[in-house]
Amino acid sequence: MTLALALEQLLNGLQLGVMLFLMAAGLTLIFGVMGLINLAHGSLYMVGAFACATVAAWTGSFWIGLIASLVAAAAAGAIVELVVIRRLYDRDHLDQVLATFALILMFSEGTRWLFGSFPLYLDIPPLLQGAVALPGGTEYPVYRLAIILAGAIVAFGLYLLISRTRLGMRIRAGESDREMIGALGVDIRTLYTVVFALGAALAGLAGAMVGALQSVQVGMGEPVLILAFVVIVIGGIGSIKGALLGALLVGVTDTMGRFLLPKILALFVAPAQAGMIGGAVASMLIYIVMAVILAVKPRGLFPAAHA
Amino acid sequence: MREIMILTRENLTNLILAALLLAVPFAADALGQPFYITLATRIAILALAATGLNLALGLGGLVSFGHAAFFGIGGYVAGILAAHAFSGDPLLFGLSGTKQMWAIWTVAVIISGLVGLAIGAISLRTSGVYFIMITLAFAQMVYYFAISWPAYGGEDGLSILVRNQFPGVMTMIPLNFFLICYVALLLALGLFALIRASRFGTALQAARQNEVRVATVGIQPYRIRLTAFAISAAITGLAGALFADLNRFVSPSMLSWHMSGELIVLIILGGTGRLFGPLAGAALYVIFEYALGGLTERWQFFLGLILLAVVLFARGGLLGLLAGKAKHG
Repeated sequence: MTLALALEQLLNGLQLGVMLFLMAAGLTLIFGVMGLINLAHGSLYMVGAFACATVAAWTGSFWIGLIASLVAAAAAGAIVELVVIRRLYDRDHLDQVLATFALILMFSEGTRWLFGSFPLYLDIPPLLQGAVALPGGTEYPVYRLAIILAGAIVAFGLYLLISRTRLGMRIRAGESDREMIGALGVDIRTLYTVVFALGAALAGLAGAMVGALQSVQVGMGEPVLILAFVVIVIGGIGSIKGALLGALLVGVTDTMGRFLLPKILALFVAPAQAGMIGGAVASMLIYIVMAVILAVKPRGLFPAAHA
Repeated sequence: MREIMILTRENLTNLILAALLLAVPFAADALGQPFYITLATRIAILALAATGLNLALGLGGLVSFGHAAFFGIGGYVAGILAAHAFSGDPLLFGLSGTKQMWAIWTVAVIISGLVGLAIGAISLRTSGVYFIMITLAFAQMVYYFAISWPAYGGEDGLSILVRNQFPGVMTMIPLNFFLICYVALLLALGLFALIRASRFGTALQAARQNEVRVATVGIQPYRIRLTAFAISAAITGLAGALFADLNRFVSPSMLSWHMSGELIVLIILGGTGRLFGPLAGAALYVIFEYALGGLTERWQFFLGLILLAVVLFARGGLLGLLAGKAKHG
């Protein structure tokens, strides 16, 4: 085990964390403002990936595809909010879970209908191909570094949006007292649609960026969705800061666990067994971390004041 | 208990549902259509699993999005015990596997109950959305463990070569196996009715309606809920063991979060908290799946559409439609 390899894994963990943040930020924003639990968030991630892959194939440009993914996911989010989601705000969480579970079935099967069962592929744009040397001698793909950077920019942009703009002020007001800002004359229905579309766009962006690393296929959003749930539960539902720290914690823990656990166990037991036990424990590691955190702090690390 | 003895509209509906489920396999057997027996068995087992969940979700208001964990654990207990009985390898501490359903069920109920106790002990410290997501996450933990642990098939699952045995019954005959599942379902429904009418069940429902009041009269909601959650897990685990024997195959898909979602769907389709809600829901679901699957390859899309319509516009589920609104609770 060299230091360079560990550094590479650490960067991979950061990259996973950044992706999870893009998903978790939308989920936690939607929950914080509207009190809605949205299982179909993974479907919006998938919509972004498919839009990017399709448009990139038509135009030959990844960048146009990336814009298309934002537009498509935001549009899908806005339509879903207008048609279905806004009927669910007053319902209990059980109804929200079921309705959005139904939406997943429809999105997945609908996408299979349109695009077939074969995965699509998305190439890394020429600008970001290649690798850079890491200290220690190994090389690291530029594209993954670009994802980390993009995530950092989005996180900062989100911070500015929420703390510095009028829209952000309304979002914060909506989090603390929905009825009051309605009474103050803010068009709360439009605000909800905008927040939902914003969350959807973030998920779509995440899907498009990951699409160039993995294949673009139906069901790709579900594992990410569940990890994003773990993130916001750890971070405290409704807290963007919690989502960011939770995402980085989950991303790094998962990646480093898979890398380190078999190696650590190999010090004590036979290598074959160490690989098997280490692999199995590593796949559960983030859930164990979550259980421990919740056993100590049932409302997550940064509980939102109201929820 | 008295209320289920009187012939109300709901009890009549329940009686008809139970009689129909019993009649279909016999008719199918007489007509030489064993496929429909399998379909009815599937309904009975899914209804059993959902009856377990109904205890936590319907009576206790505990929206568990992780009951697939218990369903799958029950399934794996059946698979693993049968595999060891077949190969002759000792299991743990020199104990051997078994092909006896009785023994398998006992182990499945105990293990899924204990896992339910452990998961519940942590999850019930939270409530609302947190509870939903934590139970989901715990189920995923079990799911990933099953996938990455290669000893029992990992991602490929585990086959049960010959259906397990029950004293005096040829379990390979579809009708016999159906009857076993049917009796298990009726017993579980009986248990559900007993619990609902008991002091414990009253406290459980009261804790759902007003936690503070229950705590004020000196009952700890946490203990009541934890007990209910463990019983609920045990019943769903039993269903899992039967499901494994029905398919003679266990795989991580029994543990997947789609399964957890499906179990909730069954309850909502049938009617939340109603005694026969799970049966009505399971029947409706399996029939939908079968009928839509015959019409179109894209049946899941339409299933989603129907489900969405039920949630948005037809609250109360099938029993709400057939037997009127729930009286209380």
